[in-house]
Amino acid sequence: MDEISFLLLLFDSLLGLSLLWLAWQALSSPDLFRAIVLFIAYGLLMALVWIRLDAVDVALAEAAIGSGLTGALLLATLARLETKNSNQLSVNKQQVINKSVNNPILFWLILMILILVLVTGLIYAVLTLPENIAGLGGIVAENLNISGVTNPVTAVLLNFRSYDTLLEMSVLLLVLIAVWSLGGIPKQQQLFPGPVLNLLIKLLVPILIIVSGYFLWAGADAHGGAFQAGAILGAAGVLLLLTGWRLSGSFMGLALRSMLILGLGVFIVTGVILIILDGQFLEYPVSHSGLLILLIEVVATLSIGITLAALFLGGRPVDRRRK
Amino acid sequence: MSHYYLYTLVGIGLFSLGFYTLIVHKHLLRKILAINIMGSGVFLVLVALAGRIQGASSDPVPQAMVITGIVVAVSATALALALFVRVRTKTGGVELPEHSLS
Amino acid sequence: MLIIDILTVILLLAGAVFFLAGTVGLLRFPDIYTRLHALTKADNAGLGLVIAGLALQVESWFVVAKLLLIWLLVLLASASVAHLIAKTARQKGIKPWTK
Repeated sequence: MDEISFLLLLFDSLLGLSLLWLAWQALSSPDLFRAIVLFIAYGLLMALVWIRLDAVDVALAEAAIGSGLTGALLLATLARLETKNSNQLSVNKQQVINKSVNNPILFWLILMILILVLVTGLIYAVLTLPENIAGLGGIVAENLNISGVTNPVTAVLLNFRSYDTLLEMSVLLLVLIAVWSLGGIPKQQQLFPGPVLNLLIKLLVPILIIVSGYFLWAGADAHGGAFQAGAILGAAGVLLLLTGWRLSGSFMGLALRSMLILGLGVFIVTGVILIILDGQFLEYPVSHSGLLILLIEVVATLSIGITLAALFLGGRPVDRRRK
Repeated sequence: MSHYYLYTLVGIGLFSLGFYTLIVHKHLLRKILAINIMGSGVFLVLVALAGRIQGASSDPVPQAMVITGIVVAVSATALALALFVRVRTKTGGVELPEHSLS
Repeated sequence: MLIIDILTVILLLAGAVFFLAGTVGLLRFPDIYTRLHALTKADNAGLGLVIAGLALQVESWFVVAKLLLIWLLVLLASASVAHLIAKTARQKGIKPWTK
């Protein structure tokens, strides 16, 4: 073993152990605020792991969505909990189930056996997998020239397995409908952004929009793509919402809703038109596949960004004009 | 042992940690965190195992699936958090009400 | 080529020393304000050195500009976030540490 690979092994082991340690801390820390902050740090370390596994697109998605937006959602929920009754600090106390179980020893015994069986079973399953298999990398590489893009991950997401992406967009929309149906925006305390935050947002929001456009464009032949771009757009929206910015009433109704369904709508319409022309759902003609992917990605980015920002708001915005 | 197997084992560890927390803790926010960590353990196993194949450059199919998975996970988290806030306003508690089996 | 490589190594190591100092400060300083001070100042300088070291290795000026942009964005974000955390701490009534 030469020095470089030994150092890399050391680095990998350290990274893996810190990941496990951070996960354990995030899951067991009695203070929920601390737990959420540790979870965000865990997501950032996870992004490093993706880089080590040569999955740069996943690293971008993890840092922006898995760590950033999930963290923002969790922190916003925690803030709502604390404003509801700030005097009751017992919310943050660790509540472990064993007090309510009739027979704690039996409960822990069964739990430990269950976890042990799970871990050994998983390790056995992983270590006995066949080593010499081809994988799908070769097939993707062979067909990359008909996909319309040169980034293999984008090719898989938007062309070879575009069903997945179509259904994923529907999941996003469905979740937003479900969240909206649970009620209006929860009351929140008065926000005092202050000059520094205002300046930061004035500088950052335009930069974020440019970066989002860059990721969208670069996704065709380098790392990036619609989801990373949409997440960054969503982050710009979250920043704006944090300073107390709200959509004016005239955009709340049809304009907002049509932006939200734009991505899914264009995706489905494209698929249906392709059925009529070609007989196959979402099977792009080779000559136009690059253009079609770009079109779908642009509208998908807009819809993903706005959906994620709307999810952060946590409820249906009220259309003031109707009242 | 290549680093792909190392990260596969880390993924299994994360999944088990999350599973344990999901059962043991009653606070719903903690359960939501646990499900997120279980999910990222699964993603790690998926991509790390694909990397063990000799010779091939990194396989894009599992990576694309994991990106899809990350977006679905954040959607599920958002829904779970909205339901959690709802439970909180309805019952005043931060855990699901006990339902007795007897 | 060799001199540039040595320079990169020196800059990266110097950057790592700053990061280490910032982290030690975060762990050892007595209150939130001094910790913020240690963390933001040392990490920003450390990141600047790391970026300078990396910029020596890339071929096109475009990539150098992107690296610099990353540094400027981190400077902007960390300065603002440090201010916001300190402001919130003041509003919550946390007193600065005095000996």
